[in-house]
Amino acid sequence: MSLAEERQRKTSARNGWLLSAPALILLTLAASGPLLVVLVYSFLEKGQYGNVLWDFSTDGWTGILFSRDIFDDTLKLADAHLTIFWRSVKLSFLTTIITFLLGFPTAWFIATRTPAHRAIWLFLITIPFWTNLLIRTFAIGEILRSEGLINTALIRLGIIDQPIQMLYNDGAVLVGMAYVYLPLMVLPLYSAIERFDMRLLEAGYDLFASRMQVLRHIILPIVKPGIIAGSILVFVPSLGAYVTPRILGGGKNMMIGNFIELQFGQGRNWPLGAALSMTLLVVVTVALLFYVRTLGKGGSGGGHG
Amino acid sequence: MKKIFATLATLMATTGLAQAQEVLNLFNWGNYTNPELLSKFEAETGIKVTVTDYDSNDAALAKIEAGGHGFDLVVPTHQYVQIYASKGLIQKLDLSKLPNHSNIAQEWMNVEWDPGRAYTVPWQWGTTGIAVNTSVYDGDINTSDIFLKVPDELKGKINVVPEMNDIVNLAVMWAGGTSCSEDTEVLKKARDALVAAKPDWISMDYGATEKLSNNDWAASVNWNGSTMRARIANPSVKYGYPKEGYPIWMDSVALLSDAQHVENAYKFLNFIAEPENAALISAFARYANGIAGSEAFMPEDMQTAPEVVVPEEFKAAGSFIPTCSAKAQEYMTAIWTELQK
Amino acid sequence: MAKPGFTVAHLPGFATIAVGVFVCLYLPIITLVVYSFNGGSSIAVWQEFSFRWYSVAWGNEAVKDATVRSLVIALSASAIATVLATFAALGTTRRAPYRGQTFIYVMINQPLMVPEIVTAVALLIIFASIKVATGYHGLGYLIAAHSAFCIPFAYLPIRARLEGMDTVMETAAADLYASAWQTFRYVTLPLLAPGIAAGAMLAFVISLDDVVITEFVKSGGQDTLPTYMLGQLRRAVTPEVNAISSALLALTVALLTAFFLLTRKRD
Repeated sequence: MSLAEERQRKTSARNGWLLSAPALILLTLAASGPLLVVLVYSFLEKGQYGNVLWDFSTDGWTGILFSRDIFDDTLKLADAHLTIFWRSVKLSFLTTIITFLLGFPTAWFIATRTPAHRAIWLFLITIPFWTNLLIRTFAIGEILRSEGLINTALIRLGIIDQPIQMLYNDGAVLVGMAYVYLPLMVLPLYSAIERFDMRLLEAGYDLFASRMQVLRHIILPIVKPGIIAGSILVFVPSLGAYVTPRILGGGKNMMIGNFIELQFGQGRNWPLGAALSMTLLVVVTVALLFYVRTLGKGGSGGGHG
Repeated sequence: MKKIFATLATLMATTGLAQAQEVLNLFNWGNYTNPELLSKFEAETGIKVTVTDYDSNDAALAKIEAGGHGFDLVVPTHQYVQIYASKGLIQKLDLSKLPNHSNIAQEWMNVEWDPGRAYTVPWQWGTTGIAVNTSVYDGDINTSDIFLKVPDELKGKINVVPEMNDIVNLAVMWAGGTSCSEDTEVLKKARDALVAAKPDWISMDYGATEKLSNNDWAASVNWNGSTMRARIANPSVKYGYPKEGYPIWMDSVALLSDAQHVENAYKFLNFIAEPENAALISAFARYANGIAGSEAFMPEDMQTAPEVVVPEEFKAAGSFIPTCSAKAQEYMTAIWTELQK
Repeated sequence: MAKPGFTVAHLPGFATIAVGVFVCLYLPIITLVVYSFNGGSSIAVWQEFSFRWYSVAWGNEAVKDATVRSLVIALSASAIATVLATFAALGTTRRAPYRGQTFIYVMINQPLMVPEIVTAVALLIIFASIKVATGYHGLGYLIAAHSAFCIPFAYLPIRARLEGMDTVMETAAADLYASAWQTFRYVTLPLLAPGIAAGAMLAFVISLDDVVITEFVKSGGQDTLPTYMLGQLRRAVTPEVNAISSALLALTVALLTAFFLLTRKRD
C-alpha cells in the first residue's frame, strides 16, 4: 500500500468518526449510557416499596429462572416467566412474518407504479401512521369487538348468529402489532425495491426462469438489505411491545414488556425488572446476530446490515 | 427547514408564555379531575392548574421518589400515604394556611393512615365491588363468587380490573382471611381460586365504565363510581358489595416535600375542602368525597345512588386495606405474577 | 416501466394483496373518524351525528396543551435526529472499512435493540438526578430522549439509500473542481433526499407515538397526547380523543398534501 493511499484511508476513517460523533454523543447521553444504571440495579437488593437498596445481591438474576415458592420456600423453575418470554418471542416472530408477507407485495406494488403514482401510494401508506398509536390500537379494538364492524357484518350476512370473541387473546395482539408495525416493514422494503433494476428481471425471463425462480434468485437477494432493515424494525419493538398487548390482549396475558413494567410498578421488584431487561437485551442481540449471519450471507451490500 | 424552525420558535414562545402566569402542578389519576373545578379555581385565584396523569400508585411513587419531577401535589390512595410520609416525600401541612381543614368530615379526620389529617386533604373515596349486567345474570351479586366461581351465564364475559391490591385482597377476604394476610393457608386458597377462575375471565383491563355500558363485558370487578357512570348509560348494570369482604379506599391530596409552588398548593387544598368545590369533584367522577356538607351541592342522583350510599346491610363487610407488611406484599406480588403469566 | 402485455415487474397476486392491505389500513381510521362525530359519549355505540366532541376537545385546555407539546417535541426531535443520522450515515457507508465502524453501527442502532421500557427506567433515574442538580425541568429532557431513540429510525432509510448510490457522481463533481461542500450540497444531498425524507417522516411518527419513555421522563405538566390518553385508559375513553385524532389527522393530511403537490410541481 502506498503512503498516499494509507493517508487517504486514515482521513476517511477519521471523517467517518467525526461525522458519526454527534449522533454517538447524543446516544451515549440519552440512550446507551443510562443502560449501565440498569445493569447496576440488577445486582442490588430490592427495596420494600419499589426502588433498590444499595446492597449487592444476585436475587434479581436468579429470580429470572427460579422463583422461591411463597408457601414452602423451595426453589423451583419459574415457569411463569418462561411462558411470558416464549409468548413474546413467538408473537414477535409471527408479527415479523406477517408484516413481511403483507408488506413485500405492498412495497413491490408501490415500487412498480409510475414514479408519479408511486409518491401517491407511498403517501397513502403513511397517512394512517400520522394518527397516534394508542388511538389506532383503540380503533382496531372497535373493529374486533363483539358488537364491532366484523361481527356485525357477519351477523347481517347471516354467516354467524353469535358474535365471535375476537378481542382479548393472542390473535388480537398479533393483528394489532402487525397493523401498527406494517409501515416499518414496507418503507425499507420499498426503498430497496425502488432502486432495483427491473432489467435484471428481463434478463431472468430471457433465460427462461419461472416467476418463482426469478423471485427467489433475483428479487429476494437484491432486496435483502431492505428485508433485514424491515425485520429488525418490526421484530425488536414487537418484543418490547407494551401498549398493544395491554389494550388488545385485555391484560390477561402479558408480554415481556408488560412484565418488566410490572416489576417496576406494582411488583416492586426493580432488580428483577432490571435483570429481565438485560436478559431481553441479550435475547435481542443474539437473535439479531443470528439473523444477520444467516441472511447477510451472500447478500449484496449491507456488510453490517 | 427554516419554516419548521420558525413555527417551532413560535410554539416554544407560546408555551413559555403560559409559564409566566401563577401555576400549580397537580399529579393525579387520569380522568379524575373535573375541568370545571380547575376553571373555577383559576377564576377565583388566577392560578392555572396543570394536571398530569398517572395510572397506578406505584408508577406515581416511582416518579416522585426519583426526584426532579416538578409536581406540587399528588393524590395517593390511602395505603400509600404512609409510604410517602416515611420516605419524606410529602410534607406536614401548615394548618394555619388551611382554614377549611375543619370542613373535613369527622369520620375522615382521624383516619389510621393519617391521624388528624396532618398530611392530606380528602379527594374522593369509594369501594371496590362487583358490577353485573343483571339482564345477563340475575342471581345474587353481593359475593366474590361472581369472579372467583364464575356463574355459567358470565363465563367469558367478566372482566377483572388489574389492581393487585384490590383483587388479591378481595380473594383473601373471600378465602376467610383479612386484608394483608400472612396466613399461608388462606393465601394458598386465594391463589388457587384466582388461578382456577382466570380462564373464565374475558380480560383484566381498565375502562369498565365504557365496556359495561356498551355490553362488551357483562360483569366486572369494578369501582363504585365507575359503575354508577355505567349504570346511568346502561340501567341493567348493578353494583354488588361482596359479603365476604370488600376494600374501601380513599384518595387524598398531599403536598410534596419539594413542591415549588407551595403557596398556590395551599390555596388549592383550602379550595377543595370547601363543600361546594368538593361536590364538583364528586359530580365528575361519581365518587363520594370526605368534606362535610358537600352532599347539599351534589347532583341529586348521587345522594340516593346505591353505588355511592353503601346499604346498611353491607357496611360491615367493607374495610380499609392497610399498608401491608413487606412479607404480605411479597405474597401478594407472587400471587399476582402467577395470575398474570 | 409500463409496457403493454407481459410486464416483467408483474407478480401475480401482489396487487390484490397490496389493495387488501390498503383497505385494512384504512378501516380502523375510518371508524375512528366516523365515531368522532358521535353525539353519545361512547366510542363504540352510535347515537347521532354531532360536533359535540370537537367543541369539548376545543374547550379542553389539557388536550390542547398536550397536542401542542407533542408536536413541538416531535418536530424538534425528528429534526435533530435526521440531521445527526444523515451525518452518521455518511460516516459509516461508502468508505473503506475502518476500525470501530461496527461499533458505531451497533451504537446507532442500540435504541432499536433495547425495549423502550428499559431505556425509560434508565432515563428516569439519570434525568431525575440531573433535574435535581440543575433545577432545569423543561422540555429539553424529552426532546433529548426522543431525538436519541429516533436516530436509528432516521438512520436506516438514509443508509439504505446511500448504500445503493455509487460514488461516480461525486467523483465526477470532484474532478470538476467542486469543493467537498459543493459536492455534498449539489450532488450527494439531492440524491439522498428521498432517504432523508423517509427517515425524517419515520422519526417524526415514532416520536409522536411514544408512550413509555415519555411517561417516565416527563416532568410536572408535560403530558403529551399519548400519555394524556394513557392516563384516561383507567377510567373511560370518550369520543373526545377520536375528535382530537381526527382533527390532527385532517391537519397533517392537508399539510402533507400541500407539501406533496408543491414538490411535485418542482419536478
